[in-house]
Amino acid sequence: MSGMDTRVAGGVGASALRPDGTLKVTGEFAYSSDLWLDDMVWGVTLRSPHPSARIRSIDVTPALAMPGVLCALTHEDVPGLKFHGLDHPDTPVLAIDRVRYQGEPVALVAADHPERARRAAAAIVVDYEVTEAVTDPWRAAFDPSCPKVQEGGNVLRHQPVRVGSVFEAPVVVTGEYEVGMQDQAPLGPESGLAVPAEDGGVDLFVATQWLHVDRDQIAPCLGLPPEKVRMTLAGVGGAFGAREDLSMQIHACMLALRTGRPVKIVYGREESFFGHVHRHPARMRYEHGATEDGRLVYVKAEILLDGGAYRSSSPAVVGNAASLGAGPYEVPNVAIDAYGVYTNNPPCGAMRGFGAVQACFAYESQMDKLAEACGISPVEVRVRNAVSQGSRLITGQVIDSPAPLAEMLRELEAFPLPEEPAAGGRDLRALPGGVAQTTHGEGVRRGVGYGVGIKNICFSEGFDDFSTARVRVELAGGEPHVLVHTAAAEVGQGLVTVQAQIARTELGIDRVTVAPADTRVGSAGSSSASRQSYVTGGAVKAACEAVRARLDKLAEENPGLTLPELLERSGPVEETREYRHRPTYPMDPVTGQGDSHTQLALCVHRAVVDVDVELGLVKVVELAAVQDVGRVLNPLALEGQIHGGTAQGLGLALMEEIQVVDGRVRNPSFTDYLIPTILDMPPMRVSILENADPAAPYGLRGAGEPPTLSSTPAIAAAVRAATGRPLPRVPIRPQDIALPA
Amino acid sequence: MDFIRATTWVDALAAKAAQPGAVPIQGGTDVMVEINFDVRRPPALLDLTPVAELAEWSERDGVLRIGAGVTYARLIAELGDRLPGLAQASRTVGSSQIRNRGTVGGNLGAASPAGDAHPPLLAGDAVIEAESAARGVRMIPAAEFYLGVKRNALAPDELIRAVHVRPAAGPQYFAKVGTRNAMVIAVCSVAVALHPGERRVGTGVGSAAPTPLRAAEAEEYLAAELDWDSGLPAPVAARFGELVSAAASPIDDVRGTAAYRRHALAVLARRTLTWAWNDYRKAAERCA
Ligand SMILES: Cc1cc2nc3c(=O)[nH]c(=O)nc-3n(C[C@H](O)[C@H](O)[C@H](O)COP(=O)(O)OP(=O)(O)OC[C@H]3O[C@@H](n4cnc5c(N)ncnc54)[C@H](O)[C@@H]3O)c2cc1C
Repeated sequence: MSGMDTRVAGGVGASALRPDGTLKVTGEFAYSSDLWLDDMVWGVTLRSPHPSARIRSIDVTPALAMPGVLCALTHEDVPGLKFHGLDHPDTPVLAIDRVRYQGEPVALVAADHPERARRAAAAIVVDYEVTEAVTDPWRAAFDPSCPKVQEGGNVLRHQPVRVGSVFEAPVVVTGEYEVGMQDQAPLGPESGLAVPAEDGGVDLFVATQWLHVDRDQIAPCLGLPPEKVRMTLAGVGGAFGAREDLSMQIHACMLALRTGRPVKIVYGREESFFGHVHRHPARMRYEHGATEDGRLVYVKAEILLDGGAYRSSSPAVVGNAASLGAGPYEVPNVAIDAYGVYTNNPPCGAMRGFGAVQACFAYESQMDKLAEACGISPVEVRVRNAVSQGSRLITGQVIDSPAPLAEMLRELEAFPLPEEPAAGGRDLRALPGGVAQTTHGEGVRRGVGYGVGIKNICFSEGFDDFSTARVRVELAGGEPHVLVHTAAAEVGQGLVTVQAQIARTELGIDRVTVAPADTRVGSAGSSSASRQSYVTGGAVKAACEAVRARLDKLAEENPGLTLPELLERSGPVEETREYRHRPTYPMDPVTGQGDSHTQLALCVHRAVVDVDVELGLVKVVELAAVQDVGRVLNPLALEGQIHGGTAQGLGLALMEEIQVVDGRVRNPSFTDYLIPTILDMPPMRVSILENADPAAPYGLRGAGEPPTLSSTPAIAAAVRAATGRPLPRVPIRPQDIALPA
Repeated sequence: MDFIRATTWVDALAAKAAQPGAVPIQGGTDVMVEINFDVRRPPALLDLTPVAELAEWSERDGVLRIGAGVTYARLIAELGDRLPGLAQASRTVGSSQIRNRGTVGGNLGAASPAGDAHPPLLAGDAVIEAESAARGVRMIPAAEFYLGVKRNALAPDELIRAVHVRPAAGPQYFAKVGTRNAMVIAVCSVAVALHPGERRVGTGVGSAAPTPLRAAEAEEYLAAELDWDSGLPAPVAARFGELVSAAASPIDDVRGTAAYRRHALAVLARRTLTWAWNDYRKAAERCA
């Protein structure tokens, strides 16, 4: 059809504005926590106070006796399967005979007021017999006398990578590193509304990352066929991995089905810290061998990831840590062992960067050590070992699309450095400590550091990773109009905007509506692994192409007619398509070899910091990044992702940590779980490259996660440069700088 | 839970006398957080915000009388020149939303060891005006006001009416360590206030003991050692830092270790004294 202009305004490549942007800024956006029905009641979860205990008995009668209480449920009331899980159903819907972490759900209450429900839940009597909590992941993994957290043993996955046999080199650097437990800290807590339906099913409105995988876990536990669990995405207040596992979904449905009333559950902030998985804390030992001029000969590593009490997505996290464990460098000899273990610590699972973040901090710290040992610059050592298109990863997989790491590093290095501040009269806000005025410049030293990260995009290791899109063109008010329908979760990343942009470009029609995401259309897969622009974008593109083919045919059959005239004649034209990326393959369980990833993305960061070396306080002065995204779909949204990912990496470097002592969380609030403010996050200098990946729609490369990887080690390196301290652990605490052990 | 709105000070005192369990509320930035977290379930809230005089301040006979309901935002804007130490501390409280609502009276009522208003009030010799319907006004020096963790010297029927403090007669500084560059509860903090007329330096230490406190020995040391007509010798500043640190009895908690707090207090005390002294010498030289 000649009438279709693929450069229509608001198409691919434009900074189309998000439809929810103004509403969110003005506070009018309806989040899942705002859901409301007049006859609804409130659900509350009773959680275990103990990291490890046997349950002797649960008595809900005191709760039932309280005013306004409709029901109180335990594991005995779970209608179907009593377990769920992303990878494997090992997580009890409600604890049965034991609890394995502090905060594990034990019972549920529905009442006519949230406060009444809370008090009723507190009145439930659970008789616990406290048992020894396994809280040391080393012991869990390697001490045979350690109690088992799960029946199959405490090692949930061990993934080795073995390449070559030369483990001697002229220059050897070693290190032990630690990464604390980071939280996704989405601003919207877990929440949703379950509405019982006349057919015995349930309609669930919830903030989540993947509707269909939720439904496939919920329905069996409710004893319902999947089609009787109808899900609609409610307003999502951020996700970052925290919404991949189920939280309140089954609970709300159970209460709704039992009471016959709509049930709303909203976690508070404190409960949210217990209600979702976190980023795996890691302990890592690395040894890098190199030639005198800094070329890698081998990498040996042991990576231990604490998965906490349940499986969640830990196996895939371990896979990433192993396959990406040496970073984007050419290494001829490798011996890496990545372990995920069960403990009675809080469960860990998906978070932006997914297994690649922890290893990145360690291998980048090692590259800096190597640079120093060889007397070359941090950029030089990275350039000398950098992968490029055609390089082999340590899994044997060949990188078959552009990976211009050396060029990215050179560009980054060439950015001008921010000016050193003049002495005297400095704005406090520009100094470490800010207006809290801990220094007027005394003790402040500047440091510069670099970090590089590599992240797999989309699901890996043989997962059947696809998305579905339905696209319909019809007349509305006499004008052509496009309706795009997918189940893909808009979690704040801008996917709704991108879907509309793709439809505009493919169909040349300006007026596009993206329907609410729900389960009336096929699965879109998860809004994670930086995959939705790729996979759901690919599905929308494919469905648009199918619609366009039909419209082209119509135009051919009816020469001279305009598009409105054609649509008038044909009625709505609708097509549904599934889109899959190239298949991936499992890693060999012994050697780790295999084409386990479909796409790889690189980001590089330079951090400039001012550190008050006496007090150990840090002000990040500038962060610069170069990222190759293949093709920019929406410049504004993309820059937002790079800024946001960088800020999350800054948080991990300097402040974000769930402090767990003896299996108990000590800081479940935003008073003491600190996330960066605008005075912590500096202005950024960003360069975006577009070296297309021929295998991907539009040549795009997933972009949401890579900046989260490389900003952490860059900042840590800059702080080391300013202080001369080894700093083997993130987050770096003031005392690590001011009072080294 | 009852909600009592007092429109005059007399009404407020009467209400508090009638129901000593009623919890006064001003900005609510402590009270509402505690209620939301179910830390306390008071039988009644006594809303003091309608009492107009609490939100006023005045100056008489060389003393500022600051109503218990004056917010941090107003302190910074209206009294920053006369009470620089308290204004600096106010600037570090929460975010602008909190500074628009939160009050010094509320900080005193909460009596958290981490409350940021306390160190400058201690260093500046502030006196708290408390009042009850039964016994009238009682003037409590700041140094006697803090009794324990979140415990103050108020009787159950007493309310805080105002804080009395002299405008700064010399340089004042407040410094607070937090692990973030804004919106953070103190890991520890220090205030110093020079009182040149009396040739004395006042101190206040926050978040490093069960209560905010004055570092008495450090003050005495300076009173003995300082030569007010010359520069500050580095060893004196350092020793002062050590004595301020020694006055504290910090603990390990989620915000920091005791050892770090001791170290940081010494650094903050040394730095703030040095800044104040440099300002003082500069002003003295200009006058000479
Ligand atoms: C997000 C956030 C950040 C914060 N950051 C800081 C910070 O950085 N530094 C800091 O010091 N504090 C901080 N706070 C705590 C709080 O803002 C301060 O303590 C503030 O000074 C309280 O003032 P208010 O008027 O809101 O007190 P309210 O909450 O109204 O009252 C606090 C206490 O004082 C009592 N009270 C109030 N008025 C009187 C009176 N006239 N007589 C007797 N008792 C009275 C109340 O009963 C209550 O016990 C923060 C709070 C929040 C929510």
